[in-house]
Amino acid sequence: MATPVLDKADAAGQPEPGFADSPYITVTFRVRRFNPEVSADAVWEDFQLEIDPKERVLDGLHKIKWDVDGTLTFRRSCAHGICGSDAMRINGKNRLACKTLIKDINPEKPITVEPIKGLTVLKDLVVDMEPFFQAYRDVMPFLITKDTNEPTRERLQSAEDRERFDDTTKCILCAACTSSCPVFWNDGQYFGPAAIVNAHRFIFDSRDEAGEQRLEILNDRDGVWRCRTTFNCTDACPRGIEVTKAIQEVKRALITRRF
Amino acid sequence: MKIHKYDTVIVGAGGAGMRAAIESTKRSRTAVLTKLYPTRSHTGAAQGGMAAALANVEEDNWEWHTFDTVKGGDYLVDQDAAEILAKEAIDAVLDLEKMGLPFNRTPNGTIDQRRFGGHSRNHGEAPVRRSCYAADRTGHMILQTLYQNCVKEGVEFFNEFYVLDQLITEEDGVRKSSGVVAYELATGEIHIFQAKAVIYASGGTGKFFKVTSNAHTLTGDGQAAVYRRGLPLEDMEFFQFHPTGIWRMGILLTEGARGEGGILRNKDGERFMEKYAPVMKDLASRDVVSRSIYTEIREGRGCGPEGDHVYLDLTHLPPEQLDAKLPDITEFARTYLGIEPYTDPIPIQPTAHYAMGGIPTNVEGEVLSDNTTVVPGLYAAGEVACVSVHGANRLGTNSLLDINVFGRRAGIAAAEYAHTVDFVELPENPAEFVVSQIERLRTSTGNERVATLRRELQETMDANVMVFRTEQTIKTAVEKIAELRERYKNVSIQDKGKRFNTDLLEAIELGNLLDLAEVMAVSALARKESRGGHYREDYPNRDDVNFMRHTMAYREVGDDGAESIRLDYKPVVQTRYQPMERKY
Ligand SMILES: Cc1cc2nc3c(=O)[nH]c(=O)nc-3n(C[C@H](O)[C@H](O)[C@H](O)COP(=O)(O)OP(=O)(O)OC[C@H]3O[C@@H](n4cnc5c(N)ncnc54)[C@H](O)[C@@H]3O)c2cc1C
Ligand code: SF4
Ligand code: FES
Repeated sequence: MATPVLDKADAAGQPEPGFADSPYITVTFRVRRFNPEVSADAVWEDFQLEIDPKERVLDGLHKIKWDVDGTLTFRRSCAHGICGSDAMRINGKNRLACKTLIKDINPEKPITVEPIKGLTVLKDLVVDMEPFFQAYRDVMPFLITKDTNEPTRERLQSAEDRERFDDTTKCILCAACTSSCPVFWNDGQYFGPAAIVNAHRFIFDSRDEAGEQRLEILNDRDGVWRCRTTFNCTDACPRGIEVTKAIQEVKRALITRRF
Repeated sequence: MKIHKYDTVIVGAGGAGMRAAIESTKRSRTAVLTKLYPTRSHTGAAQGGMAAALANVEEDNWEWHTFDTVKGGDYLVDQDAAEILAKEAIDAVLDLEKMGLPFNRTPNGTIDQRRFGGHSRNHGEAPVRRSCYAADRTGHMILQTLYQNCVKEGVEFFNEFYVLDQLITEEDGVRKSSGVVAYELATGEIHIFQAKAVIYASGGTGKFFKVTSNAHTLTGDGQAAVYRRGLPLEDMEFFQFHPTGIWRMGILLTEGARGEGGILRNKDGERFMEKYAPVMKDLASRDVVSRSIYTEIREGRGCGPEGDHVYLDLTHLPPEQLDAKLPDITEFARTYLGIEPYTDPIPIQPTAHYAMGGIPTNVEGEVLSDNTTVVPGLYAAGEVACVSVHGANRLGTNSLLDINVFGRRAGIAAAEYAHTVDFVELPENPAEFVVSQIERLRTSTGNERVATLRRELQETMDANVMVFRTEQTIKTAVEKIAELRERYKNVSIQDKGKRFNTDLLEAIELGNLLDLAEVMAVSALARKESRGGHYREDYPNRDDVNFMRHTMAYREVGDDGAESIRLDYKPVVQTRYQPMERKY
């Protein structure tokens, strides 16, 4: 495939106001392309861009899509790390494109961008998220209470009890963790870290009364015991959730039945 | 082409759409069509909180909340609707808690509350703690909690389905909703959804501005779809500019930062809001603060080499407080600006934030075809709608409230309506408009590019219809938009495929933005007064004699096919509160 090179005078080369004082640099984006409507094979394609190093990888992808090649396809929405749309493998690590600044990933060398692993690639950087969400749904990710009479006011919860599961409430379901997990790559049946994180969120919520049921689900052969504690998930999480720790806590709860 | 039949179809799976879905799924066969996976919706970006007079931490009541909402909206609020909003707020928050929402707690275990702009004790005496929150992730928690409950209720989602047209059928001289046309992103297939009731919950339209807190996907698709079918849009000139967006990026830093004690400062370090709002200071309502910031900038007291921003100063707050109450926004400052908020002030500027206007509805969420007539089977809720509880300026924390109160109401009303009626027959050739639109874009060889037109649109909107407006600037915008609409006819796209063709959808979204930008500018031109978010330097005062009324904009098509906008007006519902001068 041809490698389009951007002319400096092109619109994409114009400094964004706000970054006018910082020098533009030339970077190469090396993007994994795949479109079964065109070819059965995935290929690498290089794009050279003039970009401010303080911009996001997502800005770079937009420059390509908007000014060079409109067929480049990826998901995105919020552009500031809150919606979980744009997890991808950037220089071999799972990150959100909108939360990764060019300057932080060594722009001297080509920046490689490819889809997250372990989920079927549908087009370019877009993968099939259904298996991921299915695993999430399988852990019953909703508050379950047994009281027959709903309280009229709110249920009480101490600040400490609230703090107990705070970390795992931050999850944005981006799949960066699950798709960085070697166990998940090798065996798509494994629930994967994100589903366990979301089970944790309820197991350790003092208001919830279905912890036992969730633990049984995760006690399954495709459950928590498959975790090999490689910490890839914790490194990958853009929300800074201690994913491995959450999985360990679920394992411990399974052994002690205390949570 | 596939045809589906549902009692109720909901367009959008943000807070409003999912709150509606939880109700309507229990009562009727419901499908939710959403262009994003539900958890990607922009409700998840909301930070600061959700208002309700729970009185958990100090005295408060729904009447004070109603008053603040009316005053905040510069008296353009329909007061009957505001009263419902404030009254039902309490149950709306408690419902979410029961669904599992992890609110921050007080020492005695109840839901904690904090201050927010414009919310006051006893009709403006002093700020009151009314915002229920979960750190600075309240929207995230609402979106997750609602999605979790949709999973629990077995709500049927059609993810990555873009609704591109509203179907209307005339029966016995009455124009009724008969369904929607959707485009499936994965395959390029067109789907007709025949439905007894349709609820729009498709969110805002902020992407016609450049500096904005809104997501790339907030392109006003729902507003555009009904507007194209001859239904009115209300109060589109009223757009909120939030005072504290990250300088030049627009990413929002919640007002909760000021609620926690953050202070705005100019280049001399002066706490300038004391001059403009002696009582509420940094927590005056958003339009007031945004104008004050720009006044400082224009008068040469802005910060930085170009003097084009001011500072949000959090450095006097204890780091533990920032970590506990504002973890996300402090991280945004670190990630995107490389600034440590413990020690350094954060450069900010106003950012385009929220559409007060939208599809007019009554308090049951029923869409209006004129000032009073309901369109049978058509509903709207959330940012896409205009009830109007926000009037000329929305108070912070009132939108998360709006989506829950009116999302729920619309869900119930639509499902109950669906039980009482039969399907309305689809129009002949229902997909015609969408098919031809897509065909035209796919085969066009024109020389205009979507990205270029969008940039030009955003630039003209930022320059001409933002915080300060004049006849001159608005006219400049109107002319520019007309030019862009003309050039849009020559837009071509590069991706001609069927699979995940986001190139095509961006082109369609741009068309929607252009339509709505024109409505906004034309409505703004006609409103020769200043009120809330709409500030005319050539008419700096509120004019209750001539303009205490809602704008209703209709699309008209002449016999020659020429399009134009007809403006009409609708009275404001006033119950308890007589308009007063708005001071903070
Ligand atoms: C950064 C930020 C912070 C905020 N903070 C607060 C706050 O603290 N308190 C507060 O009260 N308010 C806040 N707001 C405002 C509030 O969050 C929004 O107004 C509200 O969440 C809108 O909810 P919604 O359900 O109407 O729309 P959204 O959540 O935007 O959802 C829109 C839905 O419509 C779908 N959709 C759109 N177009 C189509 C189409 N063509 N076909 C199918 N589906 C479609 C999308 O997929 C999405 O699911 C904030 C807003 C922003 C941007
Ligand atoms: S745990 Fe972190 S990485 Fe995993 S899905 Fe949630 S936010 Fe993404
Ligand atoms: S675009 Fe929303 S997380 Fe990156």
